[in-house]
Amino acid sequence: MTYPLPFGELHGVFGWLYELLESTGLPQPWLDVVRYAALGALVFGVISLLALFLVWWERKIAAHIQQRFGPMRHGWHGWYQTVADAVKLLTKEDILVDTRDKFVFFWAPVICFVAAFLAYVTIPFGEGLIVADLNIGILYIMAITTFTIISLLMAGWGSNNKYALLGGIRSAAQLISYEIPMVASILVVVLFVGSMSMVDIVEAQSGWITNWYVFRVPFGPIAFITYIIAATAEANRTPFDIPEAEQELVAGYNIEYSGMKFAMFFLAEFANGFTVSAIAVTLFFGGWHGPFLPSWVWFLLKTLGVVFLLMLFRWTYPRLRVDQLMEFAWKFLVPVTFANLILAAWMKYAGWYW
Amino acid sequence: MGVIKKLPIYTEKLPGGGLILTSLETVINQAQAKSLWYLLFGTACCAIELMCTGASRYDFDRLGMIFRATPRQADLIIAAGTITKKMAPRLRRLYDQMAEPRRVIAMGGCTIKGGPFYYDSYSVEKGIDHIVPVDMYIPGCPPRPESLLEGCIHLQEKIKKQKLSDWQEK
Repeated sequence: MTYPLPFGELHGVFGWLYELLESTGLPQPWLDVVRYAALGALVFGVISLLALFLVWWERKIAAHIQQRFGPMRHGWHGWYQTVADAVKLLTKEDILVDTRDKFVFFWAPVICFVAAFLAYVTIPFGEGLIVADLNIGILYIMAITTFTIISLLMAGWGSNNKYALLGGIRSAAQLISYEIPMVASILVVVLFVGSMSMVDIVEAQSGWITNWYVFRVPFGPIAFITYIIAATAEANRTPFDIPEAEQELVAGYNIEYSGMKFAMFFLAEFANGFTVSAIAVTLFFGGWHGPFLPSWVWFLLKTLGVVFLLMLFRWTYPRLRVDQLMEFAWKFLVPVTFANLILAAWMKYAGWYW
Repeated sequence: MGVIKKLPIYTEKLPGGGLILTSLETVINQAQAKSLWYLLFGTACCAIELMCTGASRYDFDRLGMIFRATPRQADLIIAAGTITKKMAPRLRRLYDQMAEPRRVIAMGGCTIKGGPFYYDSYSVEKGIDHIVPVDMYIPGCPPRPESLLEGCIHLQEKIKKQKLSDWQEK
């Protein structure tokens, strides 16, 4: 797919560089490399900053739900609290346990971090603001986010600690179970759009707000609710955060990690939370579509709204037990999502939709 | 800690490198002072006051202090409560498991000098400074949350005054 402008609505900011290169007469593949690199760097920077912001935001929301204030003393309402945390984690000692599995212990946080950021390649942040519009965009995201499971399992195994191993195994069991209802919910939207490309999915929801898939009764709301439940589990957030349940497993899979390695897990967790919210917005809330404001502002506003919803879940619901969690996935979510998928397929076949 | 350890050596070679050294020092000190994550470690009634300080009315999070359950990610042990002779090796072990830089607050009379009730007991360690180096003593039995908060603020002030050149391999 070609765009009228290589950087969408942000062409005014980055376009001069692109046009400068274009004037030198470089061949098109080279220009594409420059465009991908620039967009990739932009996405990486923005998501890193967003992850820092989300940590602060979560602490403030948690505090206000519990009638506290949260970070208050470092900047206005503690705005640079997470910056201080990050710098502190950089200066902390990097503890390497003697009994660790050297290769696995080192690569687990790297894989977790990279997988969390690779998912942003096919997320459309605005009109034309997408690093690569793959024709299998949503399938790619589902495949890449699965790497998180491997990294958590590696962290659990490599630490050579019983709590870490339990946390890693639990997360593997949980994430594989919730992957199925999540994909089945996404398939409903893919079925109606007829394409897996993220841009096509957003374009299919243009026009009035009733074109958003969340408002297409009856299958739309059901798909969204099952998706958001499964996505909460995918992002390892309460009420599904049994991999790092403090009361049972001291800190779960990251128990032996200190300093920057822990920070990578921590940032990746929040980047994953933002990913599942961005997918929810793209699939169900019309992506970048909205009146008056620029498209990327709409996308960010909607996504932060869904992130806020996930944070409200976290601080209002108690944690599930392991058996309750698995029963809920296999005995409730999987039948409901498959029934919904069959219903949607039948309605699509019969033409009973708008 | 590899890079940070070498930084003062690099900067001292520069003519007039004091500015770089000072500003880096300030940044690191500010960051370390402003995010003291404390270990969940409560052994007696002082732990109730510690939990109370973390809860709504007093709110440790205002100072940027949140609890971590694992010593690998904690910066600070608040030794809250009586340390018996049997608990002492465990405290030392937790301290050894923590990542540098690490700090210890002795909270309450028992951890300072055996306490007002157990000072002549056979089973109580007469002060945790026999086991681990202590940065800040907070007296009281148990200290109120206000005094714990004040102790933590004093510890932050102490951290802000530390010198990067004092960092040594231990």
